[in-house]
Amino acid sequence: MLKLTRYVLYDILRSKIVIAYTLFLFVVSFGFFQLEENQSKAVLSLLNIVLIVVPLISMIFTTIHYYNSYEFIELMLSQPLSRTRILLSEFTGVSLSLISGFLIGVGVPVLFFSFNSIGISLLLAGVALTLIFTSLAFLASVKSRDKARGIGMALLLWFYFALIYDGLVLLILFSFSDYPTEKLTLVLSAFNPIDLGRIFIMLQMDVSALMGYTGALYKEFFGSGNGILFTVGIMFLWIILPMFAAAKIFKNKDL
Amino acid sequence: MKWPLIILNICLFAQASGNTITVGKNAPITTLRQAIQIANAGDTILLQKGIYKEGNILISKPVFLFGIGNPILDGENKNEILTLTGKNIVITGIQFANAGYSSMNDYAAIKVIDATGILIEKNIITNASFGVHMANTINSVIRNNQIVGTNKSEHLSGNGIHLWKCDQMLVESNSISGHRDGIYFEFVTASTIKNNQSKKNVRYGLHFMFSNNDAYLGNTFENNGAGVAVMYSKEVRMENNFFHKNWGASAYGILLKDISNSHILNNRFVQNTVGIHMEGSSRIEIGKNVFESNGWALKVQASCDDNSFFNNNFYGNSFDVATNGTMALNRFRGNYWDKYEGYDLNKDGTGDVPYHPVSMYAMVVEQSPSTLILMRSFMVTLLDKAEKAMPSLTPEHLADNAPVIKPNKL
Repeated sequence: MLKLTRYVLYDILRSKIVIAYTLFLFVVSFGFFQLEENQSKAVLSLLNIVLIVVPLISMIFTTIHYYNSYEFIELMLSQPLSRTRILLSEFTGVSLSLISGFLIGVGVPVLFFSFNSIGISLLLAGVALTLIFTSLAFLASVKSRDKARGIGMALLLWFYFALIYDGLVLLILFSFSDYPTEKLTLVLSAFNPIDLGRIFIMLQMDVSALMGYTGALYKEFFGSGNGILFTVGIMFLWIILPMFAAAKIFKNKDL
Repeated sequence: MKWPLIILNICLFAQASGNTITVGKNAPITTLRQAIQIANAGDTILLQKGIYKEGNILISKPVFLFGIGNPILDGENKNEILTLTGKNIVITGIQFANAGYSSMNDYAAIKVIDATGILIEKNIITNASFGVHMANTINSVIRNNQIVGTNKSEHLSGNGIHLWKCDQMLVESNSISGHRDGIYFEFVTASTIKNNQSKKNVRYGLHFMFSNNDAYLGNTFENNGAGVAVMYSKEVRMENNFFHKNWGASAYGILLKDISNSHILNNRFVQNTVGIHMEGSSRIEIGKNVFESNGWALKVQASCDDNSFFNNNFYGNSFDVATNGTMALNRFRGNYWDKYEGYDLNKDGTGDVPYHPVSMYAMVVEQSPSTLILMRSFMVTLLDKAEKAMPSLTPEHLADNAPVIKPNKL
């Protein structure tokens, strides 16, 4: 499995897309830290990158990579290797390369300019989101044989999590504003990893004071050991479950 | 160097107006109570270094009480220490420790009732429920005192400087911390609060009610539980103050309630949950202030009218202005907004497009606070942009028609 992962990694590095991604992240984050006079404002701008660009790139890159290495996967399948193993090595290779790209591109500037709890949680959220959206992309691409459909599916998923879901939450909260919706929002946030990451980072930034009672409740929950366990646990589920489903489909698939 | 000079002054003064009585361990008179008893009007009492535990002492004649070498009057946690009444009494250079607490009476380290011409200067008050408590007093000064409380809960502690029904007072250069309200004004008129530092108080840094024609200038209010509250008053001047880190679920830089004909000029509001929260306020001039890194710079409720906001600078606030109505009864002009995206074709420094400081999301949050959980979400940014292009929910006429392109020089 390790050998296979290594092949995947070499293959990805040769294509230079990950290197471009790393450079892009590095230039952008470095630029933010240089342009903003205030470090915390730069981190805020970086937050948008982490919440929107990282999931998008992870999804697109993963689906394209999957379809491009379809022949390689077929070749591997003719060898005495289990299908789950092959898929997992692909996943490991892709996510490792994306994570290292993210950690070099965003991590290095953050370590230099804003090495504190906010910076660290930003990096953690970025890594988690990379893993989650790589996993989701594998699910999307395993599902369909057609490349265009796969990429379309991945884009739609990204669109849903980055935009549509928040719109729905806004609609729900707005129409039920006469009722206590605090617990409900906690539950709703678990169904969108981007939201979960955003709330996790925001509470580190002490915006909770803006939210009055609601904020105090969230702060109490997310700040406590249980809350951190909840966040990490849910994030973990978001990595495992799509990958598990993808592996299951891949196993029974007629290639 | 300073003390001999002061003592010299006192001696000269004493010669002119009365006798000097020295109280101390090695002096003929060893207790302050005794000294007060034998003093005549206009006498000077020098309190020498030492700890005096004499319970409650009442001063009702014009005397000058000077502490030398920081003597300590200890209330042993059960007494009010000094009670003053009458006129022309001076208290300086004394440390008041451990004044008592009672749930029936407002015990204070120094209480002044029915008096005129009182000067309380350069004292240190520690561990008191009320620091200086004045009632029905005219023309008095509280200056250069250091008042440190114990940060107990709201109902267990009193106010640092508490003025009730006073006139022509000056509260200057005191530093107050750890009390319920740093400075408390009720029915106080024609008075000035100047250059004080009010920090880390449990409730308000300054609490101000039914007090007309007052000014507070150059004070710092920092880290107080709820910031500053100014209520039910008119003709108040608030200038050159610094409101900092009043941060929490219901904390305000200034909370204005039923204030009219007042001026808020040249203040700085930095990192407060709400810079200025206004309710039922009219005809207030708010100009040349700096609002920086607040949650909301301004919350102007629909019950406010005829206020004008001019030449202020707004930087890095999460929300610039929030309101709960659609009427625009207040004027905005010549402010600098860091979120302004307009242009200035004729280069006169004034933007050509009006700036609408109330964002769509601010309106949504005002109606349903739990939607704050979506803050900084991509969705919300898009909504705001869409609303900017085609206003439908936000008050259309609430706009700065002449926003400046570069920050106002203040």
